[in-house]
This record gives sequence, structure tokens and C-alpha cells, in this order.
Amino acid sequence: MARWTPERRRKAWVKTGFSVYYMIFVVFIYGPMIAMFILSFQGRRGGTSFPMRGTSLYWWGKLIEPSTVGDLQGAMMRSLMLALIVMVITALFSTMLAMAFRKKFYGSGLLFYTVMAGLMVPGILLSLGLATLMRQMGIPAAWWSSALGVHVVWTLPFGFLVMMAVFNRFDSSLEEAARDMGADEWTVFKEITLPLITPGIVAAGLFGFTLSYDEFARTTLLAGAENTLPLDINASMTQRIRPTLFALGTASTVFSLAMIGLFLAIYTVLYRRSR
Amino acid sequence: MQDFAQAQHSGLIGGQPVGPSQVAEARKTRREVGFPVGWLVAPATLWLLVFLVLPLISIIVFSFWTSAKGGLVPDLTLQYYAGYFYNEGFFDQEHRNFLTLSVFIRTLGSTFYFTAVVMVLCLIVGYPIAYFLAMQVQSFKWQMALFLVCMVPFWTSYLIRAVAWLPMLGRRGLLNSLLINLDIVDKPVSFLLYSEFGYTMALVQIYVVLCVGPIFFSLSKIDPAILEAARDMGATPFQIFREIIGPLSLPGVAIGMIFIFVILMGEFATAVVVYGGKTSTTGTVILNYYAIANYPFAAVNALMLMLSMMIGVVVILRIVDIRKEL
Repeated sequence: MARWTPERRRKAWVKTGFSVYYMIFVVFIYGPMIAMFILSFQGRRGGTSFPMRGTSLYWWGKLIEPSTVGDLQGAMMRSLMLALIVMVITALFSTMLAMAFRKKFYGSGLLFYTVMAGLMVPGILLSLGLATLMRQMGIPAAWWSSALGVHVVWTLPFGFLVMMAVFNRFDSSLEEAARDMGADEWTVFKEITLPLITPGIVAAGLFGFTLSYDEFARTTLLAGAENTLPLDINASMTQRIRPTLFALGTASTVFSLAMIGLFLAIYTVLYRRSR
Repeated sequence: MQDFAQAQHSGLIGGQPVGPSQVAEARKTRREVGFPVGWLVAPATLWLLVFLVLPLISIIVFSFWTSAKGGLVPDLTLQYYAGYFYNEGFFDQEHRNFLTLSVFIRTLGSTFYFTAVVMVLCLIVGYPIAYFLAMQVQSFKWQMALFLVCMVPFWTSYLIRAVAWLPMLGRRGLLNSLLINLDIVDKPVSFLLYSEFGYTMALVQIYVVLCVGPIFFSLSKIDPAILEAARDMGATPFQIFREIIGPLSLPGVAIGMIFIFVILMGEFATAVVVYGGKTSTTGTVILNYYAIANYPFAAVNALMLMLSMMIGVVVILRIVDIRKEL
């Protein structure tokens, strides 16, 4: 046991202080959400704030009733489908782009900044521009066309950065060895490159799925006649707010968390295997 | 040196490339490996052209068109720009001066102001967290776990996180009962919900995670040996922070700030949910004019928003060079 010098004591104090601050921070970023979770089990006669008047599943039951909130199941299905399509396209495009960026090519700088612009341009601008353009051309907006397009613009930079980081640490000599032994490009990709970069592809997919599933600003004017889930949640804000909204928010958040957990689990397994 | 190497090795194993032209030829053939770049970038490039470049160009074009019954007609006009700056003020017709600002410019200004306040608060709240994760937590596993805890909210819906503030802020909300229980106030205060205070707090809570990530990454890239060297030479913790840690974390700070800045400038959902639509941000103004089918005016507002954002980003980039970081 080393002696408690003033220096060590000071360090211990600093670390404790930071740890306490970290815990307060976690309470701050999760607190409101947890309060919402609890309030979704509000009793039948309770309101949208504490105190709880008993506990019940009444408001959760209201979620399933088709009459109360528009076409909730449909909205959820559409959001899910959209998120899955965005996930696949994001993973595919970001892998292809990052593979291209392993070499210098003409216009690579411009393309890089264009991809990054997807991160910078606010959703409301893309929504407005594309919605107005499509109106003008007489093409109806729909979640599977216009909303899908703009969602990928938003998720692609995240996936791209992930894949760039993956290829930065990639050992090209493995591919060269395979090539020297006479493997063609497809074989090299299938046998060497792909197994090594799959964890990265999963991470890119995570960004694609979760960011699209929750996206609101980029869907506002572009979903057309059929709502996605965030649009439905926003629409229910204009009516009187009931604990049903909290139940809906809780359900959606729990689903997001489950998906994040699933992605991280797959990532961990694949990462261990690729070592 | 090269000549020497060539003299040593030429002809060892069959014919080696001799002379610059042959070396260049050999390099060229080596460069042909991998899939052709054109095919790899074509789909994404096309997608970005259609869904990113084209909408932005059409905003610029449509801001000069004229609104008509069926939508837009390509009669070029500047009347919407005039409406933005001139009609309601900026150029005050009675007094012939430029003092009064139009309501749209004022909205842009207040959006900007709110964004700046939230950015500063996010930095103050988030920096110590990133510092703690990068500098104080030693084990890599713990570092990643605690970092992930901070990042998870980023992957959940910001709309729902705004909704979650409602039970906190109301007159009978959690914060009021907390204040009463702690004897800070004796009656519930009403300044929390639908107020600037509640709005700012909700924005900080929702967006602070965006700056923790980049700051954490640039802090964890700092070589501990530098810090040790400084300590050995007798630098105080404050000096170490001011001379080493602070400057080296600036790129991360800049990326985080740009991220929060661009998202907040276009923000409108939280304003509606937490602020009850009492305030207007430039985002809500754009949506309102879209809803009443005045597309050119919505486009002018959007353009001005884009312009002010570009200026903001350029200013941040002027202060900090982030190119090394990317």
C-alpha cells in the first residue's frame, strides 16, 4: 500500500469529482425519458404529470385500439421498412465509397465534401427543396421514394466515416498475398476483404437504421399521404396530450434500444471472429 | 541513394525495372488492383446529385420564381427578397434609414442567438464529460462502456426526447416538485414549460451528446507521454490544460460545435413540442410559408438560413483548422 501523498490524494479527489459529475450527467440525459416511461403506466384517471394515480396498462391498451390514434401499426411498419431499406443502402454505398477512397482519384476531394454536406445541410432545407421540386414536376411524394432518398443523404456520411476508419487500419498485404496467388478481384473481396470489414459494415448499418427510424425533419414534407412513426407522434402533439403519447414514446424508444443492443451484439461477435 | 540501390540489386532476380520510365510503368500496373473506382462511386454520386444537390439548386431557382394559383411559374422576380428585407422594415420607408429589421431577419437573429447560447452550454456541460472519459478512466473497456452510455440517446428519437420533457416542466412537473421539496420555492413556478428557460434546457439535454463524441475522440488521441513530460517539468494541472490539452482538443470542439450549430439552426420540432409553438424559429417560418403554398418566400427564408449557416461554419473553421482531424 503506497502512502497517501498529497499528490495522490488530490488526484483521487479529482477523479471522484468527475465521477460524480458523470453520474449527474447520465441522470440529466436519461432522467426525462425515464420519467416518461413511468408515466406511461399512469392510472386510468391520472394525467400527464406526477403524481401517479395508481398504475395500469390502460394507456398502453389504447395504443393497440385502432380507433384512437390513426393508423399507428401502419406507420410503425412503414418506419421499419424505410429504416431497413436505408440501412441496406447506407451499408452498401458507404462500403463502396470507402473502397474507392483507398486510392486517389479524380474529383475525390469534391465527392468527399459532397458526402459530408449531407451531414451539414439541415433537413428542413432538403425537405423544402425536394418537396417543391416534386410538386412542380407533378411527382407525388412518398415515404419509399422521396423520404428514402433524403434519409440516405443524412445517414451516408456516418456510415462512410465508419468505413473510412475501418479501411485506415486495414492491412492491404493480405489482399496482395491473395492476388499474388492468382485470386481474381471478386475472390479477393469475398474471401479476404469482406470478412475483415463486416464489423464495420454492421456499424454503418446501425447508423443507417436508427437515424432513419427516428428521422422527423427530413420526412416532414416528403412522406406523402402515408405517415411514418415520427410524423404520427408529431401529429398527436397537436391534439390534447395524453399518457398514450408517453406509451407510444416508450414503445418506440424501447424498440430503438433493442435494435441498438442487437446491432452491438452482432458487432461484438463479428469483431471477435475477424481478429 | 537510388542509384546505389539499383546498382546493388539490378539483375538479381530476372529483369528489374530500370530507369524512371520503366518504374513508372511498373507502378501503373500495380495501381490497377481493386474494383474500378468509377463503378464504386457512381451509384452514391448519382444518389447525392438527385437528393442533395438538386434540391439545393431548386431552392435557389425557386426563390426567383413567382407564386401563382397552381404553384410556381418561372417569371423571374425579386419581390420575395424585397419582402424579406424591405416591406416590414430593414429599410424604414418613413425615416429613410436602415435601422428597423424585418420580422424575418429578427427571427433568423433569434434563432442564431438561441443556437449560440445552446452551443456554449453544451460545451460547458459536455467538455468535462469527454475529459473524464478520455483522461480519467484508465481501462479501455470501461472507457468504451461509459462512452456508449453517453452515445445511446443519439440513436433514439429526438422528437420523443422532446416529448419526455413535458412531464418534467409543467406547473405540476417534476422540476417544480423538486424545487418545492428542496424549499427553494414555496409555490410552483410557471416559468418552466413553454418558456425560454425550459426550451434551452431541453435543447442542451437533447444535443449535448453530439459534442461529447468528437471532443472525446480528439482528447483520447493525445499522447500521454506529452502530459507526463509537462508534469515532470513542473507544469501545474491548469498550465497543462491551457498549453496542451486545450489546444489539442480544439479540432474535436470545432467539429462538435459545427454539428450542433447546423442541426440547431434548422431545428423546429423541439420548438413546437417544448415551447408550444409560441416562438418561431426560421425552421417554423419556412414550414408555415410552405403550408400556405407561398413556395418562393419559403425558399428565400431557406436560402437566408443556408447563407447564415455557411457564414457560421466558415467562422468556426477560420478559428480552428479541422482538416488534420478528418
